[in-house]
Amino acid sequence: MSEGAQFELESSESGAARLVLSGPYLVSTVGGIDTELRKLDHEVGEIDLSQVSEIDTAGAWIACRLATRLNAEITGANERASRLLKAIEGANSDAPLAAPRLPLRLRVPVEVGAKVYSARRGIFSVIAFLGQIVVAAGALIRHPGRFRPKALVHQLELVGVNALMIIGLMSFLIGIVIAQQGAVQLQQFGAETLTVNLVGRITLRELGVLMTAIMVAGRSGSAFAAQIGTMKLTEEIDAMRTIGINPIEALVIPRILACTFMMVLLGFYASVVAIIGGAVVGDLMLGIPFWTFLARIQEVVPPHDMWVGLIKAPVFGLIVALAGCYHGMQVSGNSEEVGRRTTMAVVSAIFAVIVIDAFFAVFFTEIGWG
Amino acid sequence: MDSERPALGRHERFRGDYPVVVEGLQNKFGKQVVHDNLDLTVRRREILGVVGGSGTGKSVLMRSIIGLQQPTEGNIEVFGRSITEAEPDENIGVRNRWGVLFQGGALFSTLTVGENVEVPLRQFYPEISPALRREIARYKVMLSGLPEEAANKFPSELSGGMRKRAGLARALALDPELLFLDEPTAGLDPIGADKFDRLTKELQDTLGLTVFLITHDLDTLYAICDRVAVLADKRVIAVGTIPELLETGHPWIEEYFNGPRGRAAQGTQTRAESKG
Repeated sequence: MSEGAQFELESSESGAARLVLSGPYLVSTVGGIDTELRKLDHEVGEIDLSQVSEIDTAGAWIACRLATRLNAEITGANERASRLLKAIEGANSDAPLAAPRLPLRLRVPVEVGAKVYSARRGIFSVIAFLGQIVVAAGALIRHPGRFRPKALVHQLELVGVNALMIIGLMSFLIGIVIAQQGAVQLQQFGAETLTVNLVGRITLRELGVLMTAIMVAGRSGSAFAAQIGTMKLTEEIDAMRTIGINPIEALVIPRILACTFMMVLLGFYASVVAIIGGAVVGDLMLGIPFWTFLARIQEVVPPHDMWVGLIKAPVFGLIVALAGCYHGMQVSGNSEEVGRRTTMAVVSAIFAVIVIDAFFAVFFTEIGWG
Repeated sequence: MDSERPALGRHERFRGDYPVVVEGLQNKFGKQVVHDNLDLTVRRREILGVVGGSGTGKSVLMRSIIGLQQPTEGNIEVFGRSITEAEPDENIGVRNRWGVLFQGGALFSTLTVGENVEVPLRQFYPEISPALRREIARYKVMLSGLPEEAANKFPSELSGGMRKRAGLARALALDPELLFLDEPTAGLDPIGADKFDRLTKELQDTLGLTVFLITHDLDTLYAICDRVAVLADKRVIAVGTIPELLETGHPWIEEYFNGPRGRAAQGTQTRAESKG
């Protein structure tokens, strides 16, 4: 038996030729022969399937299509072939497979329009979300019994305690990098002792809190969005509402409180660890003893630098928690939406944190805390 | 079974009587034993229903047969080739001979229904021209009983029943000889479930399929299954037609088929038969 599908044209006296198909006509064998059969444009009166050894729907489809195109008749089909041919005939379709797409010249304006429209809707829903939080907070103040201390403590642990390790490690390394890189530059002026000022001020004012906020956005902001989003998909939030629990009170408020409070502690902790990292570098590379480095910090860093960091931290925490919870509550439809909203929560939180940080920087310099 | 039997050539259809042979299967997850010394053979061109209580490992059995789950012990032969002993890559020659419909449809959510059907064709037979591949995808969508315009829709735009049909279309993409269906009618309304049953039977007749059908649906068992395998006590306790199963007198089987739901399904079946 020859491997592969074959065909042969037999001319007959009556004019119209006979097309004899032979070999296996299976989805695994018709790939090569299909192109040749497509090119065929002889006048064919009869397509003979009696030489076909095996046939499946792909083979039947090819025979059926040929018969329609060449206006020929199919003969010699065995029982299986005729059954397949009959099934295939009813399944003829020329529907497109690709998703409908607009032409390029329309796609750009349509996309832009949709973006603008959804941005407008986004603004309204953010305002509505903030309003819901204010209402829920008011309700909790009036009925303190409804507050869930357990949920708050749980979130405090997740957001704060569990992050100590990673944030400590990150800050320690940042302290090392600032001290080492700063020292290299300052050495050119013989001012390497100023490394202490550099590390102390930059970590307490800026980097300690900022990097922590970014880390918390990645760790907890994303978790908020994914958790709440999944609860939305599995209708847990709807179930809460029907039982009379306000999901904002039960889910959002504890997360916001935990994140806001923990950001203060984590931000300060990060600054301290970064200074320790800088002191290690000072000890090893610059010949400034570890304890001298720390003592110098107290002399060269004004106390308001610490206040700058501590004032910014809760604001950043609030932004991260709001972004996470807001995007979680906006999830609807399918699991893809959870992923999309989680990404949006992290990106918008980090972006907002950096923008607000810039405003803070200008503000604190203006009031003389430069 | 004769393990010396030569494996299938590329263009051959399976001629043996038992496309699936499971012998002495054991599956363990940690300390929890799901299957112990489980034997099962599937006959060619039958619809074998697989039933069992929740957690008796129906899906695990299916996953073992199609090679997604490495059993702790035992041998599984599909089309005369051992799935358990071969390296995953060696099973490629078997993989294009079966189609699987997972419980949720498991359609690729970023592709349209038609493109979903094209995926296996593209993977196994790159020599098929794009034009023919599109045509095959189209008629498979139609054969699965979907409306024409469903072909360019995304799975998320379809109803549950249509998603099952789309999953079936993808399972049938390569003209398999063996079809695995994991609870195909779960979550469908009775009308949709009935239509799906009829579609399964019709396709099995037309395409000469062997069907391994996991189900909880008593109506499906009565309506289309040639034999039923009952999973309990970590193994297949009985295989046979429903009357044969009832003769075994096993308490679980009794309860399953003679419970209120079982009786109702049986009643419907007898009524349907007497009507014509």
